[in-house]
Parts: sequence; structure tokens; C-alpha cells
Amino acid sequence: MKKRSVRVIPMFGLSMGVTLAMLSVIVLIPLASLVVFTAQMSFSDIIETLTRERVLASFRVSFGTAFLASAINAVMGVILAWVLVRYDFPGKRILDGMIELPFALPTAVAGIALTSLTADKGLVGSFFARFGIKIAYTKIGITVALVFIGIPFVVRAVQPVLEKLDPSFEEAAGVMGASRSRIFRQVIFPELAPAVFTGFGLAFGRCLGEYGSVVFIAGNKPFETEITPLIIMSELQEYDYSSATAIALVMLITAFLILFLVNLIQARNTKILGR
Amino acid sequence: MHKDTVGSKIVKWLLIGISVLFVFLMLVLPLITVITEALRSGWEIYLEAITDKYTVKAIQLTLFATICAVIFNTIFGLFAAWTLTKFRFKGKKLLTTLIDVPVTVSPIIVGLIFVLTFGRQSLLYPVLQELNIQVVFAVPGIVLATVFVTFPFISRELIPVLEAQGTDEEEAAALMGANGLTIFTKVTFPHIKWAFLYGVVLCTARAMGEFGAVSVLSGHLRGKTNTLPLHVEILFNEFRYVPAFAVSSILVMMAVIILIVRSVVEYIGKRNSEDVR
Repeated sequence: MKKRSVRVIPMFGLSMGVTLAMLSVIVLIPLASLVVFTAQMSFSDIIETLTRERVLASFRVSFGTAFLASAINAVMGVILAWVLVRYDFPGKRILDGMIELPFALPTAVAGIALTSLTADKGLVGSFFARFGIKIAYTKIGITVALVFIGIPFVVRAVQPVLEKLDPSFEEAAGVMGASRSRIFRQVIFPELAPAVFTGFGLAFGRCLGEYGSVVFIAGNKPFETEITPLIIMSELQEYDYSSATAIALVMLITAFLILFLVNLIQARNTKILGR
Repeated sequence: MHKDTVGSKIVKWLLIGISVLFVFLMLVLPLITVITEALRSGWEIYLEAITDKYTVKAIQLTLFATICAVIFNTIFGLFAAWTLTKFRFKGKKLLTTLIDVPVTVSPIIVGLIFVLTFGRQSLLYPVLQELNIQVVFAVPGIVLATVFVTFPFISRELIPVLEAQGTDEEEAAALMGANGLTIFTKVTFPHIKWAFLYGVVLCTARAMGEFGAVSVLSGHLRGKTNTLPLHVEILFNEFRYVPAFAVSSILVMMAVIILIVRSVVEYIGKRNSEDVR
């Protein structure tokens, strides 16, 4: 690497200044106010808030459903990415475009649509009701909404890696007599694994904080189907900012940890791909 | 792999079948539901619902917040991408991470941090009162929340493209005496126009649909601080399903338009980059 002492391209000061100013106003100052507010709270109050039965129950609901939904998405995401990269069939472009729908459709709209579909009288709900399975207003409903929200994360993480994967390795393994399932397990999956974990992590992070699509379908029964973001929301509506902040801190720290792990995996992955 | 052809064909169509079924059940069916539920009581009721006074007000506020977000994030996106890709400086990694923070924060927490910043217990509150500005439970709060959740959307699309392109062309132009603006419009922008358009599309989609953060910061005042998604919530919670889905159908149409634009932009972008190669 050679070192340049003079910047040839102009406008460094201006563009850096504008970038930092806008970043400060929108992101840094509000985040700093969270830190300032937290600093004024006592540690025992934070612990008291976090160990309330109702809050603990909401953590179990949120983490449990987010984990289950992301696991389902990890499997479906790999299948979808595989189908989109490796096969040709009519309507493939439409299928590919539809994957992006959860990014484009407002979460509240997704929420009410999924709720009316899976309620006892809804198209899908009435089918499952015959077997005594309730979807809307249960944890299953929350999971359904989170699967909807998370699916593009896994597909879009796995797709590019699969596109770069050289099929000649699989052919070689096939010629040497490996079965298809063995090829998938030993040749393809090790290459895909970092991307799958990345997609899983991003989906999990998003699902933990998801609010709009879940509030309608969850039913919001305390201790059963109440998610953590909803608890924060109700604390805010009661102007109990300390409790809201304490719970929010747990969620924020978790989100940052997930992001950190994802970045770690991605950094290792680019090293491998760049080899 | 002769022996595998029949087996692999079965696997192929099985996997395609699973994928199509999954996408149909999880993604297409909800879309269809919105439309059928909206039209359940006929066109007249539908038109009545979407031309309702409060709906029109909600559309106006949503468009206003979206336009603000797109303008603000366009300016930020262009400057940030230029700063991060054309220069070397200390703390570049930190800056990149900070720009990405907004997408990892739960919408409810976004609402919370703006309440803490501008609400009654904030240090800024007396100053804002003096100036007679209300942020929380008012339009400025909604705009701020919308800008926050879409903050990195445009810069994130531009940075990889500019990164790949390098700095040689800009340096050559600068050495030949072009000023910053000329370099940007003549040299840099042609490379990024499709990525830029895609970023704007993503930003628009997210801005129009933001629910959680806006919900915290809006006082849910009908006709004043109600955006389209919040209006949907109110109608749905009042068991007025037909109007709720009618208003949703507006957002669905926008989502479909966005998906189509996205596909077209991606297609043109891909073709162009192949031409260059």
C-alpha cells in the first residue's frame, strides 16, 4: 500500500462535514440521549424492571418465537435460494420478485392480512381449526408473522453464495460415487453455512424487534402472547420511561451482539471467498 | 450422473413445488386477502373508504413524511458514499458501522429514543418550548422517525458500487482541473444512477410503511398525526375491517409498484454492467 500525502479528489472537508452533521442529528444525538437517560437510572431499578414476571414472560415469547421463525426461515430460505439459482422453470422471475415482498409491504398491512387469514373464520385458519389448531392469537400466529418478515433475509444472504459456487466440485463428487444427499452435506453445505448463519442472524435480529406485523396476530395476552416490544410500548403509553428504557437496553444490546457475530462470520467468509 | 437423472428430476420438481407453495401461502395469499376483503362490500363502499376525509389526510401525511425521508437520505447518502469511498481517513470502519445502526434498532426503540430526546424529561425540552416546537406527538416526530428508520437505505446501495469503481477516474478528472461538482456529475454519478434509483425505491417503500416508530411518536390524532399504517390500525381495532383493508389496499398497490420498479431497475442495472464488461 502506498501512502498518499495529498488528497487529489476535492471536497473531502465538505462531504465529511455534511455526513457527520446529518449522522449526529439523526442517529448520534438520539442514541446519546438514551445513554444519558440510562446513566440517571439506578442499577437496582433496572434489575427490578427486568425481573418482573410479565417482562420475563415476554422475553421467553419473543426469543422463542423469533428463534423458531428464523430456524424455519433458514431451511426454507436455503430451499428457495437453491430453486432460484439452480433450476429453470416458468414463473421463476416472479417467484424471485415476490421474495422481496416483506420488505415492500408495510408491516401493519401484513399483520392484518395474516390475522384475517389465520383467524378461526379465515381461509387458512378454518382449515386448521378442523384439527383443533388455533393459529391467530397464539404463539403459532406470532411465528407465522415472523416467518413472513424474515424470509427475504435468508434467501438474499444465501443466493449470491450459491451463484458463485462452482458446480464442478459437485460433479467431481458425483463421479467419485457420492450420493446426492452426501454431496449436499459434505460439499455444498459447508460452503453455504456462513451465509445461512448470516441470514439466520439478520432474520433473528429483525424478528426480535418486530412490532407491526405481530401486534395484530398475537392477541397480546399477558404472559402468553405478549412480545417484548409491546411491553416497551405499553410502558411508554403510561409514561414510565425508566422501565421502557431498561427493557429496551436488553433488546438493543442483544441486537448489537447479533450484528457483531454476523459481521464476524461475514469477515471470515469473505476471507475464504477471496482466497 | 446418468443414474441420478430421474431421481434428480423428482427432487427438482419437489423443491420447486415446496417453494411455490410456501411463497403462495406466506406471501401471495396475504396480498390477495387484502384485495378481496377490501372489495367485499362492493366498489362503492371501497371508494367511500379510500376517499374518506381522514384517509385523505393520512395519505397526505404519509406522502409528506416519505418525501422528507427521501430528500434527506438522498443528500446524506450521496455525501456519505462519496466520503467513504473516495478518501482514506481514520475511523472509516466506525463511521460505516454507525450509519448502519438505524436498521438494527427495533422500531419501538426508535420511538423511545426520540421520546427521550425531545419529550418532557429531555434537556432540550425547555428550548423547544421556547421556540414553540412540538416534536413528540406531532408531525416533526413522525418525520424524524421516518428519516431514522430509512437512514442508511440510499448510502448502502451506493457504497458497494463506488467501492468497486475505485478512485482512478475521479483522480484523473481532478488532475485535469475539474472541480468537485463536475467530477461528481460527469464522472461518478453515471456509475451509480441505477443503484441510486434502487436506493430511493427502497427508502420510499420503508418510509411509507413504517409503523412501530411512528406509532410511538404519533399521538394517534385523527386527521393530524395519523399516517396510513396507523389509520389501518385504528380502523382494524374498531372492527371496521372493510375500510381497514381498503386503506391497506392503497399500500399494497404501492408495494406492488415498488416491486415492479425494483425488478426493472435491477434488470437494466445488470444489463448495463454486463455491457461495460
